[in-house]
Amino acid sequence: MNKAYQVPVRISSDWGSVLLESNEGRYLMMEFLESLDWSPLIISLKTGVVATIVSFFLGLFAARKVIKLSYKAKAVVDGILTLPMVLPPTVAGFILLLIFSRRRPIGIFLDQQLDIQVVHTWLGCILAATVIAFPLMYRNARAAFEQIDANLVYAGRTLGMSEMNIFWRIVVPTAGPGIASGTILTFARAMGEYGATSMLAGNIPGKTGTISQRIAMVIQDGDFVTAGFWVVVVLLIAFVIIFLVNLVTGSRMKNIKRW
Amino acid sequence: MSICLDIKKKLGDFSLEISFDSDAKRIGILGPSGCGKSMTLKSIAGIEKPDSGQIRIDGRTLFDQAQKINLKPQKRRVGYMFQNYALFPTMTVVQNIGAGLGLSEDDRNARITDMVERFHLQGLEKHYPGELSGGQQQRVALARIMAYKPDIILLDEPFSALDEHLKERLQHEMMAMLEDYEGQVILVSHSRDEIYRFSEELIIMQEGHVLAKGKTAQLFDDPGTVSVARMTGCKNFSAAQRLDTHHLKLIDWGITLELEREIPEGINSVGYRAHAFQPVWGERQKNCLAFHLSGVDELPFERRYYLLPEEDGAAGSLIRKDPSELICWFIQDSERTQMDGKPVPDYLQFNEESVMLLRK
Repeated sequence: MNKAYQVPVRISSDWGSVLLESNEGRYLMMEFLESLDWSPLIISLKTGVVATIVSFFLGLFAARKVIKLSYKAKAVVDGILTLPMVLPPTVAGFILLLIFSRRRPIGIFLDQQLDIQVVHTWLGCILAATVIAFPLMYRNARAAFEQIDANLVYAGRTLGMSEMNIFWRIVVPTAGPGIASGTILTFARAMGEYGATSMLAGNIPGKTGTISQRIAMVIQDGDFVTAGFWVVVVLLIAFVIIFLVNLVTGSRMKNIKRW
Repeated sequence: MSICLDIKKKLGDFSLEISFDSDAKRIGILGPSGCGKSMTLKSIAGIEKPDSGQIRIDGRTLFDQAQKINLKPQKRRVGYMFQNYALFPTMTVVQNIGAGLGLSEDDRNARITDMVERFHLQGLEKHYPGELSGGQQQRVALARIMAYKPDIILLDEPFSALDEHLKERLQHEMMAMLEDYEGQVILVSHSRDEIYRFSEELIIMQEGHVLAKGKTAQLFDDPGTVSVARMTGCKNFSAAQRLDTHHLKLIDWGITLELEREIPEGINSVGYRAHAFQPVWGERQKNCLAFHLSGVDELPFERRYYLLPEEDGAAGSLIRKDPSELICWFIQDSERTQMDGKPVPDYLQFNEESVMLLRK
């Protein structure tokens, strides 16, 4: 631990030369990476992917339904669906815990009848991440749907296309850039989820320990090297994600004046 | 080939109430924006649901509130051409045309190829709608509808999104393309030129109601009422008093017309088209209007005179007049040779055949 602690000082002073020229630096680096527990990256990625897939379909579905609602019903339903995004994640985590705790009716039912455990499991990770990230998907999809010319849908209907066909072949592709950026942001949010996850799933290394939780944990231990490493990983992922969002939505921005 | 429609729909303050039967091949609906003509088309297509009534095409019931029949748009076999064409932006021309075809692969391709040829879309097959000109988009929209072989085609202001210089030719082209279509076509428009050119039968609408219906040429010649005449583009109206079978006093214009034909009882207005006046110099002749000139507008190929009847035209009162009381006299450049070198005519003569005898 102590040895590793000295590394970042030199890395930050001259990253390139330490890596390329200093044998000692290279050795320390290799040693650090070899001894590192990579499970948080895998768990975070897995959680992000699954939560994104679930949110994607749920979000599109919810957005489609909400658009059909009357003005007043829309305000209420939209409020409920967006709530997890506005609430502090710990509050969402608390509510999830209330629902799924193995000492409460739903939790007992799931555990005893269906053998499903949510609390302190990877399922809990996914559930927490999905609940928190879902509003991003839903809101982006809804905004994209609302921009769609209703005549496209009407045209599809008068041409005899089924509602299913219209939705997947006309609506979703036309709303593509909005949906894509929603999906990417959802993935980012799901991957980085901390508050609700820590309450519902806990931080069990190799099982529910995500990158965000690992950073918090190692900092409490004073291990700034490991924390720093994961921070760099998160920064890289975040940048790639923002880059992707801009790339996807960028095509629509081509005509915007660069004042 | 027939359509039978009788529907009512209320939407906030606006209420639509329209009924007509027709077996004409080309039907026009003319009316200002917001008169309910698009709503009528949308009701036929099943996009909007009327509150009550029925819609039948070729004897097939599409909608009947009393019998609780309301076919889905998918089941109506109604082709709808939207004002903005509503081409699917993420599909190519060929994909757009084939979008609604539930045929086998081979049949579908054959149908698409046929449409591409008929609508002169060769070379554009792989293009996206955003890459097409307005006229090309219109052809794709029509091809997409025709590929689907609907029982009736509805055209909702199809030319309003086009550049002025394209309009005329595309109207012509559209009519040629619709030539070999067997079913009925309903065109909705606020442009009387478009409607006149296109339709055999005409329905004139205003504020959700039918003002008049009948053969197009007949409605333009003899509109019957002042409001219908106004919709057909007539500019000049005067209240009239029937003196006897051949004499009519035009109250607003201060003259009495002597007509060869018999004037029916109950006629209380007269309409006169701005292009129909005949200029007269020198001696006052039969049915001549004396006037004061209020103003002249020069248009590229037309000159427009705005006049006041003589008795109103006392100096100083010109400006205070309501513009709707000005008499319009339009003369095209091609006919203006008779005016060359001459001053403003002394009188304008009414042409008997052009005098429209109207009721309020």
